[in-house]
Amino acid sequence: MLYTLTSVLFLVGLFGLLTQRNIIKIIISVSIIESAVNLFLVLVGYRKEGLAPIITRHTSHGKIMELSVDPFPQAMVVTSIVIGLSVMALMIAIALRLYHIYGTYNIDEIKKKQEEEKT
Amino acid sequence: MKDRSLIAVIISRWVSPFIFLYGVHLIAYGHLSPGGGFPGGVVLACSFILALLARGKLAALKRMPYVFAKKLDASGAFIFLLTAFAGLIFARVFFLNFLNQIFPGQELRLFSAGTVMINNFAIGIKICASIFLVILFISALRVGKDTEMKTMEED
Amino acid sequence: MTESLLISILVFMIISSVVALFTDELISAIIAIGALGFGGSIAYLIMGAPDLAITQIVVEVVSLVLLIRVTIGVGLRLTAGCCSKTRTAVAGAVVLLTSFVFAFSLRLFPAFGDAVMGRVQYAPSIFYIEYGLHSTGASNLVTAILLDFRAYDTLGEATVIFTAVLGGIALLRKRGRNISAGDEVSRGDTA
Repeated sequence: MLYTLTSVLFLVGLFGLLTQRNIIKIIISVSIIESAVNLFLVLVGYRKEGLAPIITRHTSHGKIMELSVDPFPQAMVVTSIVIGLSVMALMIAIALRLYHIYGTYNIDEIKKKQEEEKT
Repeated sequence: MKDRSLIAVIISRWVSPFIFLYGVHLIAYGHLSPGGGFPGGVVLACSFILALLARGKLAALKRMPYVFAKKLDASGAFIFLLTAFAGLIFARVFFLNFLNQIFPGQELRLFSAGTVMINNFAIGIKICASIFLVILFISALRVGKDTEMKTMEED
Repeated sequence: MTESLLISILVFMIISSVVALFTDELISAIIAIGALGFGGSIAYLIMGAPDLAITQIVVEVVSLVLLIRVTIGVGLRLTAGCCSKTRTAVAGAVVLLTSFVFAFSLRLFPAFGDAVMGRVQYAPSIFYIEYGLHSTGASNLVTAILLDFRAYDTLGEATVIFTAVLGGIALLRKRGRNISAGDEVSRGDTA
């Protein structure tokens, strides 16, 4: 059930990525797909009644070995989230540059202006 | 840009040192509790971004000058590589945690994990500087009704 | 208990993503995407990943600041409506095909709450949990993996961030902007 819901979230993002014509909306769709994939990866490592993989004074090492959630996907997803932020900054820089040149965020109007310039 | 809200200016001046302190805490205790270099670095950047949004570009650049941010970005990556090569020199394995083998600190204490803490600080510095630089550059452009954009005087 | 909580949070996230995609105003789309990110943070907290919850909430705030910075001066309402009918049909076909692939592949996964690392013999995660504290001294196992066992990945990640920041700065630099804005011929050529 939960895996199905994350894949539905992915598909919503994919549909938006294919249909939207506004650059900001496209950036939003990419970030939806990203969060769906991150949630799926963490969900794969979840164990029922699981504890966070942190050893403290109250949770001994043996208890963690028995009950801990898988820490490996979590470590990979931490890097993935921060990379997502920097990639979003790069996309926003490209969008700002396009707005600076063409004065709009809409891809169809940008294409129209390009055609006008060529003729 | 002269009509800044007085409340925002004063509250941001009071709050941003605490945000900075929270970022340092997240990085320093990253190997004992939730946190670490990645969120700590973004929180450190947030304390400068708050100054940038509430009090303008000049106030933020007074706290973190442009050249200093660039050097901080490079030096974070350099410290990270340096600890990696130190592992290669002292223990013949790249990225080996040699400090923990030489001085094994007491478990669950602040000074316990050897190079993990140094790497955390390096990553935190690097993330802080790079995110601050990106937001500085993006917010230096003002998107107005006319497509004219005001540029930033930095070089 | 956790399963029903997670299901309700995921339904909330799906609803907010649909709102973000199909609303007409850019500002409300951005607010909806913020709701999606904060819902994801709560989901991470329930799934036993406090590191991820902290990271997600901070990153979401910064990306909201970035997105609002881009749209604040532009007219808030979108000019053109949505897409043409053929484009919607093609997109629907692609989404349907992908959903079939997902439906076939998701049957291979174990049920919820049954970690994959318990199924696989000699999974690396079991080694990390067993020897993480002893061999690195870091009691937060996520940090132990991130900065000791798999520090190569973190090095590559730092390189990716450096490259992305470099690309953003090169795009928005003063000199590059002026050349392309003033020169009419180069505009057509680069496109």
